Order: sequence, then C-alpha cells, then structure tokens
Amino acid sequence: MIFLNFFISGISLGSIYAIIALGYTMVYGIAKMLNFAHGDVIMVGAYVCFYAVSRYGMNPFVGVVLAMAVCTSLGIVIERFAYKPLRQAPSLAVLITAIGMSYFLQNTALLLWSSNPKVFPSIIGRGSFKLFEGKLSVSHVTVLTIATCVIIMIVLSLFISKTKLGKAMRACSEDKGAAQLMGINVNATISLTFAIGSGLAAIAGALLCSAYPTLMPTTGSLPGIKAFTAAVFGGIGSIPGAFLGGLMLGVIEIFAKAYISSQLSDAVVFGVLIVVLLVKPSGLLGKQLQEKV
Amino acid sequence: MRAKTKYVTMPSKTILPERDAAREPVLECVNLGITLGGIKAVEDFNFTLGRTEIAGLIGPNGAGKTTVFNLLTKVYQPTTGTILLNGKDTHGMNTMQVNKAGIARTFQNIRLFKNLSVADNVKAAMNNDMHYNMLSSILRLPNYKREEIAAHRRALKLLSIFDMQDMADVRAGSLPYGAQRRLEIVRALATNPSLLLLDEPAAGMNPSETADLMDNIRKIHEMFQIAILLIEHDMSLVMNICEGICVLNFGHIIAKGTPDEIQSNPAVVEAYLGRKKEA
Repeated sequence: MIFLNFFISGISLGSIYAIIALGYTMVYGIAKMLNFAHGDVIMVGAYVCFYAVSRYGMNPFVGVVLAMAVCTSLGIVIERFAYKPLRQAPSLAVLITAIGMSYFLQNTALLLWSSNPKVFPSIIGRGSFKLFEGKLSVSHVTVLTIATCVIIMIVLSLFISKTKLGKAMRACSEDKGAAQLMGINVNATISLTFAIGSGLAAIAGALLCSAYPTLMPTTGSLPGIKAFTAAVFGGIGSIPGAFLGGLMLGVIEIFAKAYISSQLSDAVVFGVLIVVLLVKPSGLLGKQLQEKV
Repeated sequence: MRAKTKYVTMPSKTILPERDAAREPVLECVNLGITLGGIKAVEDFNFTLGRTEIAGLIGPNGAGKTTVFNLLTKVYQPTTGTILLNGKDTHGMNTMQVNKAGIARTFQNIRLFKNLSVADNVKAAMNNDMHYNMLSSILRLPNYKREEIAAHRRALKLLSIFDMQDMADVRAGSLPYGAQRRLEIVRALATNPSLLLLDEPAAGMNPSETADLMDNIRKIHEMFQIAILLIEHDMSLVMNICEGICVLNFGHIIAKGTPDEIQSNPAVVEAYLGRKKEA
C-alpha cells in the first residue's frame, strides 16, 4: 500500500514535469532552441496566481486563468523581443540569451516580490480522498494534477494532429523555408508555440505550488531543469516523449526519495538520464515517433 | 507533341502566346538582378509570362536558374529591378505574401514535410483558405469540422490527379522517390497558385517516369489553366512541353524563343557545348 502511495505521488509530480516539459519540447521542436527561461515563466505564473487569490480574493480557478493569460502574453513578448531578433544567429547565442532571460525574470521577480517565501494557497484546498479504509490517502491536488495533465495531453495531441494550426506547427518544425513557401506564417506559428508553452507553464506553476506551497523567485528553476531533463529523457521534440519522460522522472524521483535517500534523489534522477542517453542518445521516443512540434 | 504555340509581340515589346495576349501577363520581371557575395548572380533579367503559358528556364549549371526562382519567391530580395505578379508589384513582400499573391513552387531537392502524412502535407498548404480560429478548433465547433472536412476532400481530389488518393495516410517520407516529387507538385497546387514554379521536376526520374510527368504537367495545365515555369535539364521534356524557353548563362539571358528557335540558336549551342574552334 505504501508502494502504491509513492507511485501515485510520483505520477502526480511527474504530471507537473510533463506539463512543463511540453513547453520545452514544443519550443525546441519548432524553433530549435532551448528556452531556459521556461522555468521562470512557471514562477511568474505562480506569483500571479498567488496574488490574485491571496491579495485580491479571487476564485482560485479565475486566478489560474489570469495567470495563464499573463504567462501567454509574457511568452509572446519574450519570443518577440529576445529570441526573434536572433532567428538567424548561431544557436549558442540564442542559448546564452535564454539563460540571460531566465536571470532577468528571476531578478525582476526578486525586485517586485522580494526573496521572502510566500505560502501558496492550494487551488483546491488540502483535503484528500481516503481509499481502502483509510490505508491509502490521495490528496485532491494529486488527483487534480493527474487529471489536468491527461486532459492537456489529449487536447494538445488532437490540436496538433487535427487542426490547421497544428499542421502549420508540424510543417514549420520540419522545414521552415518550405512551410513559408506554402503560405504558412512561420513567425505567427512560432509565437503561437511560445504562447501555448507559456500558458501551460502557468498551469504547471499553480499545480506545483499547490503541491509544494513555498513560492520564491527561484521556485521555477529546479523544476524547470528537471522538466528539461524529462524532455530530453523522452526524446526532445516529441510530445508523447515529454509526457512519458515527465511521468517516469516523477516516479523515479519519488521512489529514490522513499527507498534510497532523499538527499540523493536528484542525483539518481540525473544518473538515470545519463544512462538513458548513453544507451539511446535520441531519448526514449526520439526517433521512432518523430512527431516533432 | 503539342501544337506549336503562336506568339505575338505586344506594344510593350514583350512577347506573349496569342491566346494570352488579351489578358494581363501573370509575371513580368523588369531588369531583375541580385548580387550575392559580390557576384552578380542574376542581372538584367527581363521576362514576361502569359497567363496560361508553359515556359522553361534552362542553362548550364550555375547559370542562376534556381536563383531566379528564389527571387520570384522572395527567398532572396532582389538588389535591382521589379517583379510584377498579376500586375502587382511584389516589392517588400515576403515569401508567405508572394505565395498568397499566387506563386507556388517545388524544390530541386525534395522538401516535403517528411513526418507528416501525405494528406497532411497537402492540407498544411491550405492554411490560407481555412478561416476558423483556435477556439473553435479546441472546442471542435461546427465551422472547424466543416472546414476540416472540406479541406480533406479537396486534398484527396488534388491527390487523385496523380492517382495518389490511396496513399493519403502514408508518411510522406516513406513514399518512393517519384511519388514524393508528385506530392510536392500537389502540395504546391493546394495553395491555389496562378503561377507554378517547378524546379527540376524530372530530376532523378527514369524515362518512363519522365513521360508520365510530362502527361501530368499537361493535365495540370489544362485542368487549372495556370502558368507554369519550369527549370529542367532533361531537354526532351523541355522541348516537348514548353511553349517558350528562356536560356540563362552566367546570370544573363542569352536567348528567348520557341523550342525550335532555341535549338538552332548559336549562342545556346555555344553555352552548352563550347565555342567551335576556328579552322
């Protein structure tokens, strides 16, 4: 029963990683860049949600929607002013810019909201479901997190395979030049990708801070890096890969915490990544399922 | 063999097929030129294409043929001259906008969206014709369904020109070479062009595939009544299919005319075979 409990926690944490990893993997697929500021967009989303709910007493779900709106705009603005001018630049320049953007967001948050940790109010309270005569307790947040992740995966997969914008995204991820010559607006498609990724980051931020209620300007960094790891683990550029990678990473992390050592859990997580990449450098679903976006 | 096309000289000194003379030419290039890395890759390119004309752009390797295509589709911005597409100056337009204005093309080395299905490749090129927004696609509203169904039908219909409707769900990258070339043409047609640019459509094809391709180009021309400009090294295809031919060498036009005129033009023979030694 304890095993099952850990497993469910792992899936829940993994769901959050998966949602964040989607942002990395979609942006990588289409713009061929690693957006290291993605983790900090999560933090901004969490702060927006925090202030909306705690200070202005909004309904938590309205708070999440507001956070999504803010993060979506933030994603578009970041792309427009920081990355778009570097579209033709070498990838190293873009990478450095992304790291710079990450620090810029963290320090702006530090200025605006100070370094004092805030206690994030859970978006659906701290209750839990008791199963098997109380032997297994699953918190509401856990259920909400897993359900949200599944819904996002389904909606996103349908969006990408069945709609014109999704086709435009896949076309751009394969060959921007040819896509443009077929009348696809490449710049708008890249903006859209950043917008979707950042909107999802806001959801991830709210879920993350509901499960782990301490909110600081650096809150997004480590989950951001781990989600990036999850994206690489699953095969960067692949959407099912991000989902699988995120879930597996979450489960591995919780099991490592529970059965090995809570201090060593991160080392185990990254160790597994190294092993996977040694055996299969393209990630779990890297090549076979080349559904790049 | 097609019947010989009669050409007439317009008051503006441009030459058009007689049947297109009453209508505005689909393409007019005036003094078009570009300097790439200090070299004049194309210079003084003056060229007019009738509304339903099939013309060929030929010349030795490195003559600037693909560069002309890249200029027309704004992959490169010209350094000099103007391009009028359907009478409209394309100055300042980008690639996507000239595509909307009516130019579609294929590529010398195939550039399909390899991981998309055949049908999705065609539908990806229909973006400009689909108007539903993101919200209706997420909520799957009726206008989304209607437009997607219409697009799918149209894609199948276009594919059926080349007898490819049964391959709609196959991954484009796994098609045989000839089929990939045909799919590129279908994808270009899906954008509703008034001018179709074909960059070496017969490259790598065997004689029987080339013969099929010729039939297909004629078929497209008759069905859609569009102008076609093609780059090709296969002279039998060019001489068979093109009504007018323009020969480029070192970025300059060295000859223009009907296939018969080109074949007997000494400058063309020289460009291809070298100068005859004076005895």
